[in-house]
Amino acid sequence: MNHFLTTEGVSREELTALLDDADTFVEVLGRPIPKVPALRGKTVATMFFEPSTRTKLSFEKAAKALSADTMSFSPGNSSLSKGESLKDTVLTIEAMGTDAMVVRHKATGAPWRVAEWVDQPVLNAGDGAHQHPTQALLDALTIRRRFGTLDGLRIGIVGDVRHSRVARSDVFAFSTLGAEVTMIAPRTLLPINGDGWPAAATENFDDVLSELDVVYLLRVQAERGGASVFPSLSEYTNRYGMTRERFSRLKPDTVVLHPGPMNRGVEIAAEVADDERSLILEQVANGVAVRMAVLFRLMGGEHDE
Amino acid sequence: MNDLVLSGGNIVTEDGVVEADVRIADGTIVEIGSALEASTLVECDGAWIGPGFVDLHTHLREPGQEWKEDIESGSAAAAAGGYSAVIAMPNTDPAIDAGHLARFVADRGRSVGLVDVVPAGAVSMARAGEQLAHIDELWDAGVRIFTDDGDAVADAALLRQAMDYLAGRGGVIAQHAVDPDLAAGGFMHEGAVSSRLGMYAIPSQAEDTVIARDIQLVELTGARYHVQHVSTAGAVAMVAAAKAAGLAVTAEVTPHHLAFDDTAVAATDPNYKMMPPLRSSDDRDALRQGLVDGTIDAVATDHAPHAAHEKDVPFEHAPNGIIGLEWAAAVVNTVTPLDPVAFYSRMSVTPAEIAQLPDHGRWVAVGNPAHLAVFDPDHRWTPGRTVSRSGNTPYLGMPLTGRVIATVYRGTVTARDGAPSMLTT
Repeated sequence: MNHFLTTEGVSREELTALLDDADTFVEVLGRPIPKVPALRGKTVATMFFEPSTRTKLSFEKAAKALSADTMSFSPGNSSLSKGESLKDTVLTIEAMGTDAMVVRHKATGAPWRVAEWVDQPVLNAGDGAHQHPTQALLDALTIRRRFGTLDGLRIGIVGDVRHSRVARSDVFAFSTLGAEVTMIAPRTLLPINGDGWPAAATENFDDVLSELDVVYLLRVQAERGGASVFPSLSEYTNRYGMTRERFSRLKPDTVVLHPGPMNRGVEIAAEVADDERSLILEQVANGVAVRMAVLFRLMGGEHDE
Repeated sequence: MNDLVLSGGNIVTEDGVVEADVRIADGTIVEIGSALEASTLVECDGAWIGPGFVDLHTHLREPGQEWKEDIESGSAAAAAGGYSAVIAMPNTDPAIDAGHLARFVADRGRSVGLVDVVPAGAVSMARAGEQLAHIDELWDAGVRIFTDDGDAVADAALLRQAMDYLAGRGGVIAQHAVDPDLAAGGFMHEGAVSSRLGMYAIPSQAEDTVIARDIQLVELTGARYHVQHVSTAGAVAMVAAAKAAGLAVTAEVTPHHLAFDDTAVAATDPNYKMMPPLRSSDDRDALRQGLVDGTIDAVATDHAPHAAHEKDVPFEHAPNGIIGLEWAAAVVNTVTPLDPVAFYSRMSVTPAEIAQLPDHGRWVAVGNPAHLAVFDPDHRWTPGRTVSRSGNTPYLGMPLTGRVIATVYRGTVTARDGAPSMLTT
């Protein structure tokens, strides 16, 4: 593995190995001094060409917990606003002496371009509505730590699958790890074409609600998709929101995940978000561990290939 | 005497192929026979000798975007690809919307002297889609094809006026059939690949709805109408139906829409980004069938040069289009092999008829102008370089079958084995 760009096509063995490493790093992060010297002397550049708070902080925390130095780039008052190309920006930062690049960009495939241009590992921290593979790893880790495995679990992904890089990454990772995935949304938010998606689809949440082991709620992305993809927020909540009433109809051990940031009262009721069967903060904590696992895998140098 | 013999080839006429030599003098085919001699001999080794290719759709970028290509570098690429005439698209800067601009383009082509550069004119002023361009001036400057290529003429009323204005004298309206609203924000074909990439996409209906409407306007006006770069199975079916109904509707297809489908976009390489986008394999197969059966009249390159720095960006940020003049014939022969008569019909004879170029697209016969493309359909090779100013193409490094081994323009050899003569001398 030279880069970590997508979950599509990544084998069960590779995903499992990363999750196993991440379990170790969860333990490390629980120590009084939550830090190991694995990447001492190396530099990780976080390059977020699209605004981000949690993912950027999570990667930086992961790098520091491995004793790497970090450099960060954000587009605000940068050379990009002076007309510099993405390629020149990336090559300039590489020339300063970085050892890996974490890239988020609103254009699909941008991290692949970066991986062609630079001579070091590239980690995709989200490209357009395409992939966000470390999110899928942290989601899988969170589920695995709760249930022991994803094998045979029924996972419902609810909401704007069409415009969600989280959903694309999760669908492939979850199904590769043995889960049975159902996408739940109005047709305007389901994939335009489901060919090649290892997942079922339904418009009717209530039909499948009581069979799910994991309910994964996607954020309602008012800023994506432009014109009306559903009639109103209240109608969305009525059909697809995890209301207290729907929550009461879940199986007793079913858990709720959400990639954040949440719209309380829209896709998730405040009481559900704060319930002990909501694993949302565990997801955030596990995010640091899985990003440590990926950085270690790509930069550690202690593995074959 | 300063003459030229193409020796040992198979000449292509509308009746088929005959093994013969061709002697050329003073820009004209003067003799067809065996064991002909001349001051210059080009050995053809059994290759086809047919009329020089005519490209209905070339972007030469001059005036205004000479860092991408100019009429000299584009003419060299055309000569290398077997072309004796190219129709220069009017989406330059400024757009070719008045007579003096069209004359500039034609004059520049003449001064380069490698290929006839025939300007197409804009339908609307500045291609803005609001008011008619200086159509009479353009006509007087030799323009016969009118297009706002790069954009559709989206306004049905304006299109109807242009059709009415041109119908009486036989001018051609060529449509870039992409509905701007359905295509808005899209980067690729809407289908399984765009769905997995999460990329905003363009449904086939963006093309089909425009063509369906336009054919209605052809019925209304009796104008000649040409569909540029067809990309969908639906478009092929509508063109076939319009022809069956006796309407003056023609269509072109690009080599890339014949060669590739949207799965090529999966790796987000900007050299597979074009407009209209590469569509599904079913669409591609319908295009191939349409070219074979003649529903599609012509291969047109949509040669669209862009500088390296413009294409070396994320897919979504890249400009549309690739270059293709040098390899169009080889790509067609590789992915949609045609018999020699059909091959030269689609590459030369029919596009010359559509463009109303009486000196071009003439079958090989004594007395005809000596515009010839010598094409070896069995030659296997892999393109490794380009003479265009830009290199935005997926064909470099792609194994191809068939190669233009010589191009004759006005009786002079303008290219051998892909090298324009001005580069070899």
